[in-house]
Amino acid sequence: MFHKSVTKGGRRVPGSAERAPSAAGRRHPDAAVHTRALTKRYRGGQLAVDGLDLTVPRGSVFGFLGPNGSGKTTTIRMLMGLIEPTSGSAEVLGEPMPRAGRRVLPRVGALIEGPALYGFLSGRDNLVRFDAADPTADPRTRAARVDAALDRVGLVAAAGKKARAYSLGMKQRLGLAAALLQPRELLVLDEPTNGLDPQGMREIRTLVRELAADGTTVFLSSHLLDEIEQVCTHAAVMAQGRLLTQGTVAGLASSTRGRLAVTTPDTSDAVRVLKEHGVTDLVVVDDRVTGELPTGEPPEGAAPLDLADLNAALVHARVRVRAFGTERASLEDAFVALTGEGFDVAG
Amino acid sequence: MSRADAAVTGGTRAPSPLWQLSLFRSEVGSVFRRWRTVALLGVLAAVPVLVGIAVKIETRGGGTVGHEGGGGGPAFISQVTNNGLFLVFTSLAATLPFFLPMAIGVVAGDSIAGEASSGTLRYLLVAPAGRTRLLLAKYASTLVFCLAATLVVTVSALAVGALLFPLGEVTLISGTNVSFGEGLLRALAIAGVVALSLTGVAAVGLFVSTLTNSGIAAMATTVGLLITVQILDQFPQLHAVQPYLFPHYWLSFADLLREPVYWDQLLDNLRLQALYAAVFGSAAWARFTSRDVTA
Repeated sequence: MFHKSVTKGGRRVPGSAERAPSAAGRRHPDAAVHTRALTKRYRGGQLAVDGLDLTVPRGSVFGFLGPNGSGKTTTIRMLMGLIEPTSGSAEVLGEPMPRAGRRVLPRVGALIEGPALYGFLSGRDNLVRFDAADPTADPRTRAARVDAALDRVGLVAAAGKKARAYSLGMKQRLGLAAALLQPRELLVLDEPTNGLDPQGMREIRTLVRELAADGTTVFLSSHLLDEIEQVCTHAAVMAQGRLLTQGTVAGLASSTRGRLAVTTPDTSDAVRVLKEHGVTDLVVVDDRVTGELPTGEPPEGAAPLDLADLNAALVHARVRVRAFGTERASLEDAFVALTGEGFDVAG
Repeated sequence: MSRADAAVTGGTRAPSPLWQLSLFRSEVGSVFRRWRTVALLGVLAAVPVLVGIAVKIETRGGGTVGHEGGGGGPAFISQVTNNGLFLVFTSLAATLPFFLPMAIGVVAGDSIAGEASSGTLRYLLVAPAGRTRLLLAKYASTLVFCLAATLVVTVSALAVGALLFPLGEVTLISGTNVSFGEGLLRALAIAGVVALSLTGVAAVGLFVSTLTNSGIAAMATTVGLLITVQILDQFPQLHAVQPYLFPHYWLSFADLLREPVYWDQLLDNLRLQALYAAVFGSAAWARFTSRDVTA
């Protein structure tokens, strides 16, 4: 179970300022994706997405995190006009979805819930078919587009093989190639590194960075926290159909501050000294003392707490210190802090 | 063009209306590139061969088939030995009640549901194919398959008929003789009418296909419906509803072999097919444009 206070509170973190309140119907041209109270209740009564207010800034690489069943894919399907929201609204590239799908979707490339291909067609013919489905795609330049997309994902050599003979990684690449047939303003990638070997994962990350550098907004859902941390500038975390938080990755990680960790045989003395210097939430495990460094401005007249001074104070009090330092908070720590549990737990 | 430039022009790409046809061409291509389609057409091509050989063997030594208008065998089978062209009419009469519509049911039933079960439907829709446009392309490509299937039977029958039996003047049902050329034209017209007779079952298949995410289920349901309706069409007690069953006037194509042609049932058939296409086409559209695509 998630901590009630966290799920209910939709805790805000520094950097989530984009989530400005908005009047109904107002367009958000600065946001690649903007949803207001987006809700989907399936026919069985199951609430898949619950009042989602999501803002993806243009030009960002946006990580969309959440355990399986947290509503990520349902959200993506609503954004792509595949399913109708029960209530609320969604805008993609400043236009309402699903109403403006014909105008919006040619500017969006998507990989949704893994690749789906025609096994009886070659890789190249699969791309030709998906390109033919886009009414804004010029048939005269189709072959060139397909070749460029194949080249981009490194599938030129296997382009003539039937897609049913492809490995999962090759299928994933071909799915990506389909998303890259046109120059896109927004790329929606649902678990793009699934089924890829480490080399393939690195290539995809490089590709995402390249696309982002060219100004494409990338909306990336993943359950791999380090992947999000490596490539994303922004992130949002979902659990049980609700948005827990959104903001910059740096902001999310810093919201869970690094903890001070001291390794010493004299734990009780260490705790006393640290407490005197304002360190809170002190925990002793074996010969290790960890605690929260004081937050906010130091009291009037006092100097800001310097870790070197803290260390000197410990040594001065004859505490024998074996190791001293802060542990950097990761996105995973932030996630655990938000949900109260590990990441790969189904909601 | 750099990506950034492209992103700017991306919103203002002005598509030509002709580009809309790409999807239809792609649909037709993917229907005929499946092994399943080739196999179905192969079975249809084999029917005239089997009928022709059977007639040839039975009449070896001067015998006759079907005892001159007796109840045995499909229509026109007794005339085949005199004129190979009649193998066309016999083969169409033999395949129209079941083989042809079954093949259509497979292709139409699989059209949307097959894409849904393979997951490609979501990629076509975000391409964006457009739901109405995709549905139209699917129905149009199914109609192309109707025509192709009918022509396969016709051409195969014509070839087998020419190989095994003499060709010549055609004696119509009404007793008049027409030249072989006119007989051939009438055979082509009949193939056209048979292809049009299948538009109703194609629309039913398309509608069924929008109801499920399983291609197999949609094909089985469509073929099941076909069999059920064919059986219902046999019960005399149901004569009140039979004029509304899509196969009811199917065999009226034989009226094209009269002089003058009897148009009544032919037109009834075409009207009924148009009604089915309109009703089930609209139902398919209403369903497909409003449904959540979760596969």
